[in-house]
Parts: sequence; structure tokens; C-alpha cells
Amino acid sequence: MSGLGGSEEEILVRISAHRSAPARLSDRRITMAHGAGGRASAALVEALFLRELANPQLAGLDDAAPVPGADNLVMTTDAFVVRPLRFPGGGIGELAVHGTVNDLAACGARPLALSAAFILEEGLATAELAEQVGAMAAAARRCGVSIIAGDTKVVERGRAEGCYVITTGIGRVELAGLSPAGLKVGDALLCSAPIAAHGIAVLTARHELAIDAPIVSDTRPLWPLVEPLLDLTGSIHALRDATRGGVATVLNELAVHSSVEAVVDEVALPVAEAVRGACELLGIEPVYVANEGVLIAAVAGGVADEVLARWRETPAGAGAARIGEVERRLAPGRVLVDTEIGGRRILDTLVGDPLPRIC
Amino acid sequence: MSANERELARRLVAEIAHLAQQERFRFMEVCGGHTHTIYRYGIPSLLPANVEFVHGPGCPVCVIPMGRVDDAIALATEEAITLCCFGDLLRVPGGRGSLMEARAEGADVRIVYSPLDALALAEREPERQVVFLAVGFETTAPATALTVLRAAARRIANFSVLCNHVTIEEPLRALLGAPGVALDGLIGPGHVAVVTGAAAFGFIPAEFSLPIVVSGFEPNDLLESVAMLLRQHRFGQCLAENQYRRAVSDAGNLAAQAVIAKVFTRRERFAWRGLGEIERSAYGLREEFSRFDAEVRYGVPGVSVPDPRACRCGEVLRGARKPWQCGVFGTACTPERPIGTCMVSSEGACAAYYHYGRLGDSGLQPARVR
Repeated sequence: MSGLGGSEEEILVRISAHRSAPARLSDRRITMAHGAGGRASAALVEALFLRELANPQLAGLDDAAPVPGADNLVMTTDAFVVRPLRFPGGGIGELAVHGTVNDLAACGARPLALSAAFILEEGLATAELAEQVGAMAAAARRCGVSIIAGDTKVVERGRAEGCYVITTGIGRVELAGLSPAGLKVGDALLCSAPIAAHGIAVLTARHELAIDAPIVSDTRPLWPLVEPLLDLTGSIHALRDATRGGVATVLNELAVHSSVEAVVDEVALPVAEAVRGACELLGIEPVYVANEGVLIAAVAGGVADEVLARWRETPAGAGAARIGEVERRLAPGRVLVDTEIGGRRILDTLVGDPLPRIC
Repeated sequence: MSANERELARRLVAEIAHLAQQERFRFMEVCGGHTHTIYRYGIPSLLPANVEFVHGPGCPVCVIPMGRVDDAIALATEEAITLCCFGDLLRVPGGRGSLMEARAEGADVRIVYSPLDALALAEREPERQVVFLAVGFETTAPATALTVLRAAARRIANFSVLCNHVTIEEPLRALLGAPGVALDGLIGPGHVAVVTGAAAFGFIPAEFSLPIVVSGFEPNDLLESVAMLLRQHRFGQCLAENQYRRAVSDAGNLAAQAVIAKVFTRRERFAWRGLGEIERSAYGLREEFSRFDAEVRYGVPGVSVPDPRACRCGEVLRGARKPWQCGVFGTACTPERPIGTCMVSSEGACAAYYHYGRLGDSGLQPARVR
């Protein structure tokens, strides 16, 4: 067709070049899309934060970064603005502990210590705060980690929504050799638990949707899934905590960093029935919904069954599944999915979406 | 999806290949929901290359002209007004930005999941003037109509509708009547047909000599509809058939039709994105409901903004061009920074192709039949 620039293949090559070009931040104002974990978020991080704060540790853009001058220590931080503060299966207290220790776990690090900062809105019920701090303490105990520093600020009514929590964590790397750039052809892609439960649980807790399903957040620590793998160092190539942006976004990040092509089997993706139903009603694909207790692993094909067997012995990994392969390098950085009816298509990253805040 | 359904898919794919042989077939799926399913399930990778889908005009977000978005932004920017809309409208570009940008600038724009949510908001916040930005074909028009009736019954004074409801028959007539249309059949919009009835599509074989099959939205529904169209060709038939019998009757939903007739009247004309003005192709509120009509109430500017020159949405909506055959596709125009409406909604042909379809030939070879 017309002289607009060639065959479909040529156009696709041009588009992938465009997509891999450095992200530009040209918006005049911050919109909700910058916080949604998709391409707009990446533009904000890469074109502003990464450029202004440039240093080798930050440049890795991993879940946690090595602390300069300290052997085997990594550090991470996370902010929690979930609304409502309580949802089926947990609350902001558990989330603030698990979210940060899970970023450490995804880097192969056992959590050592956390800090916590609270931004409280004038008028917040003390009992509500106490409940969440109690939940934090219990979650920290279960993770074997102490909260050793903290800060509190109170802002006028209307300038925050009840309670925001920011936690920072330090951990010691015990499973070395992990890297988002570490995927190799022949690797198996594993998923530790049924996906999409957290995002849907929070959405239903808001009662804005006419959905009444017994869906419970999966918020849980992931270190118990990493600890049994310590003797497999070298065969575990990458781990990722599939939070914001969901499993699809994580897989795309891994494929891009490693310059490989990944193929996912949709039939093998574990999704609970109630979650799947809610997703269909909302027109959302489960692979884009945030999780708080799902670990994605890329492991050498030869150890895949062993990893799955060990995971399935733990409560956090009882529903683990092998969801795909790193197959070949036809189009590096691309993730494909074989759909339920056997068709094949692209599995893209999340594009800034209007879903409300869930972590 | 069960093993039986996967087996059915395998059989339908084989039948389609057998019926199509080497002849070229171009079938237009009218509805954006079908476009989404086709790409979402990778159906093109399963069909022979000579059976092609042509994407039609049935994506409600895609056909909203830029001027109407500007009207909505003008309302949302008013101090007293809260504008409610479905989430996928937020990123639709108008002549002066999108509702998402307007919200970042301070406009009160809220996402709702149904027009009744907007009415409930008006009751909860009586000091706000709540405007519902209504879009959609016959599928969503009854819900808006019922909401207006409820607002009238409850005498709610701070609620109104910026109505952009459209009909499917008129744009199809305009499209099929235009010169140079090369189609071999249509896949009819199942959700619209739930309301209008399958018989409403009888004019397509009668007047345009094209077969049509009203289809459901599961991947197997679409595969079966393609097979039904091909069977008509093989047997020399030209009929309006109904694959979606579990939801669509011949006469449609009479109660829904009645409520549409009660609340709405046909506008003399409506400007469609990319398709231009089409006579009697949209609904406005009847005069007796004018107090719920945001256009009347606020003297909406009614600006007319020409479609951006770089964007080929019009040709994509008419099936005259594939998404990737637009010069800005995937580079200047992406789902995050759309120029055209087809790139915004998940039902838009460009967005569906961008998210799921960017495979080219390399993706077509290895699709495994389970």
C-alpha cells in the first residue's frame, strides 16, 4: 500500500527501534499514568530520576541495589499509598513490610533490617493506625526482620489519604548470580503462585464495583521461596517480584534486559477462578494486575522441575507453575504468548492505565 | 477454556482452511469487541493468510470526534462541574489535550463503571453539578436512558448527560455505500444485536449483497462465524445469519428499544471521527428531558475540530487501511500518547494491533495447534 514506508515487517522493526529508544518525558504535568508502572512510569524514572541522580547502583534499575563499600549488602525502598487501608487478606501494614522484604528477596537477599516512615492525615482514627502498626510488627516478626528506624509526619486534613507508609530495607545477598539480564535460551519461566489476587482484592474492597467475590490479597513474604534455592546458585538466573504492572510487565523487563525472546503458555498461567471471572467482568487481563506474593523465576531448563518441587512444598509456592520458556532470539526483547485456543500474539508491557492505586 | 472448547477451536480452524482453499476473503468485523478478541487470542495466526479480517467502525470510543472531547473538557473545567466517564475515555485526544491532562490541571473528572454510578454521585454530592459523558452504540444507550428516567423520577436537579450515543445502521450504510469497498462479508456486532435484534441487519444482504453473521465474543464464536460466512460463499448464499443465538433474538430486546425511544430522539446529523457527518446516526435527549441535557443546560460550545492530518483513523475505521499502514502508527501515535482514537480504546483496531498483533510473518509460523 501507499508510500507510507514499506512492508509490515519494516514498520514493525521501526516501531521496536522507537520503543527501545531512551524514554522522553515531555508531559507538562504528572498524570496518574506516571505512577501506573507502564511506559509512562519508565519515562519518568529514566528521563528524570535516573539522569539527575545518576550512579552505577541506581542504573541497574533492579529491585534492590548493592550498597557501595559494603560486601553483599543490598538496599531498597518502597512507598505505600493503598486505599482502603484494610482489604481482604491484609492491610497497608503487612504490605509495607512484605513489599520491601520481597524486593530484597528478588535480589537473593535475606532481609536484615527495615526503616518505616509514616505520613498521617489529620483526623485518622488512632485505632486504625494502631491496627496497621500491629500488623507491621507481626509481619516483620514472621519475616525475621526488625524495624530499626522510623519517622512520622502529620499533614492537614485533605492533604493525604489517611496514612501513607514508606519502608526501606537492607538485606544480605545469599543467592548470588541473579540478574534481570541473566536469561538464557533454554531457560524455563516459573511463576510461584496464582496471579492477580492482590489487585482484584483491593478493587473489590472499595465497593465501587458490583463484584462480591471471596478474593483475598496474596500479600506474603517471598524469602521462603528463595531460601530453598540457595544450593542452586548459578542455575537460578533471575527472580522478580511481580507487583505493579503484573506478570506481563516483569516478563517484558526480563526479556528486554537479557535481549532474549520469551514465550508464555496462557493455559499454564495459574489464575484462580474467582479472580479470572472478576478480571473478565472488568475487562482487565490478569497478567497486568498487581501481585504482592508472586515470584517470577528464570531458571536453567534442567533445574526447573526441582525448583517447582521445592516451591510446592512451601505454603507460598503451593500453586507454582511452569509458565513459559526462553526460546530463541528472533526478536530480542519480545514476549509472546500462545493463547488458550493455540493462537500466538504479543504480550506487551502495561500501558498507563486508569486503575486505582493498589499498593 | 476447557479441553472440549480447545478441540472445537482446532476443528473450526481446520474447516476454515478447507472452505477457504486458495481464494482471498476479506471479512469486516463491525464491532470493536470482536477486533479485541481477534487479536487477544491470536486468531490471525491460526487462519490461512488468504482469510483476512478488516476492522470496522464499531468501537464507541474510536468514533468520538475531537470537538466532542473538547466540549467535555470545557465542561469539566467549570468550577461547579464534576464530569464522570468510563476509564478508556480519559486518554482520548481532543483538539486541546485529553481529559486525563485536564484532570492533572485540576478539572474534576471521575471514572465510573456505569451511568448509575454517576447518578449516585450526584445524590451523594448535591453541591456538585454532575455530568455523565455518555458514549456507545445501542448497547449502552438503554443504560443511559434508564439513568435519565431514574433521575427524572427522583427529581435530581444536579445531574445531566453529555450525550454521544450513536447507532450502527447509518454508519454501515455510509461505509458500504461508498465507492471502492472490497468486502466478502460482515461479522455482525453481537452486543448491539442483543438490543436491536438480528433482523435489524437484514438490509446488508438485501441492499448490499453481502452476507452477515451476527457473532458472539468468545474466540470460538468468531471462528464459527467465519466458517458460517465461508459456507455461505461455498453454497452461493447471501444471508443474515445469527451465530449468537444464546443471546440474540430476531426482534431484540423490546424493553431496551422502548426505553431508548422514550428518552432519545435522532439527531439530524452527527459528526463521526474519521467518517464525517452522517445523517440520523446519533441520539440526543428528547425535549421533555432537556433539563438533563448538558448541551442545553450549559450551552456547550459545540466546537468542530478537524481530525489531525497525520492520522489515518478514518481509513482504519472504514477498513480501507490496516493500522500499520498509517504513517504515525507505533511511533508518533502510541497507546500512551495517542494521536488517533483507534489507538486509545482496547477495542480500537490500532490499539489492539499494537498490544497484541505486532508479530509480522515471524509470529505466524510457529503457532501450535493444541
